[in-house]
Amino acid sequence: MATIPLQHAPDEVLHQPTRGVMAMACLIIAESAIFTIFVVAYLYFAGHDVTGPHPRDVLEVPYFYTVCLLSSSFFIVLAEHAIEHARMGAFRLWWAITILLGLTFLYGTATEWRKLIFEDHLTIHTNLFGTTYYSLVGLHASHVIIGAILMLFTLVFALLDKVTPRHAYNVRVLAMYWHFVDAVWVVVFTVVYVVCR
Amino acid sequence: MSTESMPVPGTGAVEAGIDHTPATYERGTWLEWIHGWIVTVDHKRLGILYMLYALVFLLVAGVEALMIRIQLAIPHNTFVSPFAFNRLFTMHGTTMVFLVGMPILFGFGNYLVPLMIGARDMAFPRLNAFSFWMSAFGGILLYYSFIGGVGLAGTGSAPDVAWFAYAPLTEKAFSPGHTVDYWAVAIIASGIGSIGTSINIIATVFCMRCKGMTLMRIPLLPWLYATMSFLALLALGPLTAAQGMLMIDRYLGGHFFDTQAGGSAILWAHFFWIFGHPEVYVLVLPAFAFANEIIPVFSRKAIFGYSAMVAASVGIAFISLGVWAHHMFTIGMTSFGNAFFTLSTMLVSIPTGIKTFNWLATIWGGRIRFTTPMLFSIAFLSQWVIAGLTGIMLSVSAWNWQLHNSYFVVAHFHYVLVGAILFMIFAAFYYWYPKMTGRMMNKTLGRWHFWLMVIGFHLTFDLMHFPGLLGMPRQIYTYEPDRGWNTLNFLVTVGAFIQAIAVLIFAFNLVYSYFYGDEAGPDPWDAWTLEWATASPPPPYNFADEPSVASRRPLWDLKHPEDPDSAFE
Repeated sequence: MATIPLQHAPDEVLHQPTRGVMAMACLIIAESAIFTIFVVAYLYFAGHDVTGPHPRDVLEVPYFYTVCLLSSSFFIVLAEHAIEHARMGAFRLWWAITILLGLTFLYGTATEWRKLIFEDHLTIHTNLFGTTYYSLVGLHASHVIIGAILMLFTLVFALLDKVTPRHAYNVRVLAMYWHFVDAVWVVVFTVVYVVCR
Repeated sequence: MSTESMPVPGTGAVEAGIDHTPATYERGTWLEWIHGWIVTVDHKRLGILYMLYALVFLLVAGVEALMIRIQLAIPHNTFVSPFAFNRLFTMHGTTMVFLVGMPILFGFGNYLVPLMIGARDMAFPRLNAFSFWMSAFGGILLYYSFIGGVGLAGTGSAPDVAWFAYAPLTEKAFSPGHTVDYWAVAIIASGIGSIGTSINIIATVFCMRCKGMTLMRIPLLPWLYATMSFLALLALGPLTAAQGMLMIDRYLGGHFFDTQAGGSAILWAHFFWIFGHPEVYVLVLPAFAFANEIIPVFSRKAIFGYSAMVAASVGIAFISLGVWAHHMFTIGMTSFGNAFFTLSTMLVSIPTGIKTFNWLATIWGGRIRFTTPMLFSIAFLSQWVIAGLTGIMLSVSAWNWQLHNSYFVVAHFHYVLVGAILFMIFAAFYYWYPKMTGRMMNKTLGRWHFWLMVIGFHLTFDLMHFPGLLGMPRQIYTYEPDRGWNTLNFLVTVGAFIQAIAVLIFAFNLVYSYFYGDEAGPDPWDAWTLEWATASPPPPYNFADEPSVASRRPLWDLKHPEDPDSAFE
């Protein structure tokens, strides 16, 4: 047995990805597949309506709220950076700003829907535009809501000092999800407000 | 080398790398015992739960298949009503794909993947339990529709829209009851479970490997399960999205698939088959995975072309994402579409051909042991080739126009699902049952099971091609006696009953061997992968010491220190 050459030292370092990041990446892949189908349906039915209202008549481009959501990705990066360097005060501040920006975006969606429903009389039942618009934007908004809830819990625990720099990794995984939600909005915005309007 | 690469011998109950500590769970009263199984997060227990759950539904869907075959045995039969017949084939298809195929394969994955990569559990044990119970909830919901739904024209209760549930039949106007709702929600629920397990398997394979297990030393089974899980992630999303759209149509008055308001029924077909075709590979890749482990062990040779096998599996997964519309040639596509999907479908045969030849090359010149798992594997090989050949025939769009929705198609996909996948599932049961229970499965009963299964399978599914060629469409509840289908249909039914007897022998063998089977010991097959390096059944923590590997066949290295694989890597 002693004559066997040690060709491969068994203690060679095995580089494996961490499981939280891996799982979140997989979840993002699965979610992307879901969003792809809804985007395809939106593009497929765009312009096929015989009855109004049509997108160009009723949709207003939500520039301000889009800037809010996209800039939140910047602030969450600051928050990640802060917790990695154990600056908990900065973390709480950037984290709270991220949540506020997310909630502002949701407020924008809510006012937009209110206008569409009560002034333009467009519901999910009205025509194909209504069906595809509310499903796609609603699917995205529900993801923003889930993200906001998760981040609110994190904020509450951070204020109670339950979230500590030991949780930097968990924060990073949650931030991945938020970046994904933002990236999806780039696609939804392009399709709904630029290409098909 | 061996002392460094495997757990140190002689420390307590660990001897020569094998932990002889018996697998003791707290027994307690029977109530505590059941409670233990319900709240468990142990990957081995969840794997067994998946398998038992799937076996129950295998019997249920098998009975549904037998009722379909009794109805079709003779022309103008009145065994079941046309409405009941619609429900039977819908439930048979949905059950076999979502409640038998997926869970039984995820069950084996759950049990084997952590053991084979030397991990103590899956990456996310609680997610694992959540996924199982979501799947179980989906299955119960689907069968609850027998009590809770009202079908087409108020005539029945279970879903009756076929397993692909083409729109606009599923729209509220044509399916007013709740059966389609049960169907859609059941599939969303079990889909969430499957996505959770897929995420878990990928994270386990890529993040939880033991010392020394580089990517190219992972056994082929975990490799293929990771590939299959990746494919499941991409395939189940579209299905979930399409079911969501269907629910929006049915409950909120949307118009996705509502043709009267400009919606598109064809879009449903596209979305369903974007899921549906990769799903075939989600089911068949684990069958390949079993073959990759079983064939080398009983040929006494290392697998031929390991890296080609990995590449071919990943290749199959990629190509299978671009072939879905071969289910839809008769829907009327452009000639470019027809040509594209014909060619992309034919392309799948290249990586699958590589796999087939690699298995043959593994057997070639080997010292073959004809054990029950090996018998099933050999039958799998030849049946898989035939199934692939009829698949290539059907991929030609001009040929497909003639045979679409005929019994030729039914025969083809049952050749894949039964001839390849179910046969390999049986092989896997015979191969890993000793690991799971500590006892061998009875060999005589195994032979009876195998030969009856082969005879019944070929009687049913070889002959089923011919009524299809003679023009018999699928999903008809009866037929005229002057079409020349009578004898063929009768023999197909006889074959179905022979298979049913074989499956009952198998079920009996599972129970019988649990109590009266021979003691298996940790490594009854003289195999080479890490699951055989622990006791049978394994203790809750799998390995007393974290294993460390230096080659693809760590147990070969341990048993043959004079000629280890690691010297050749």
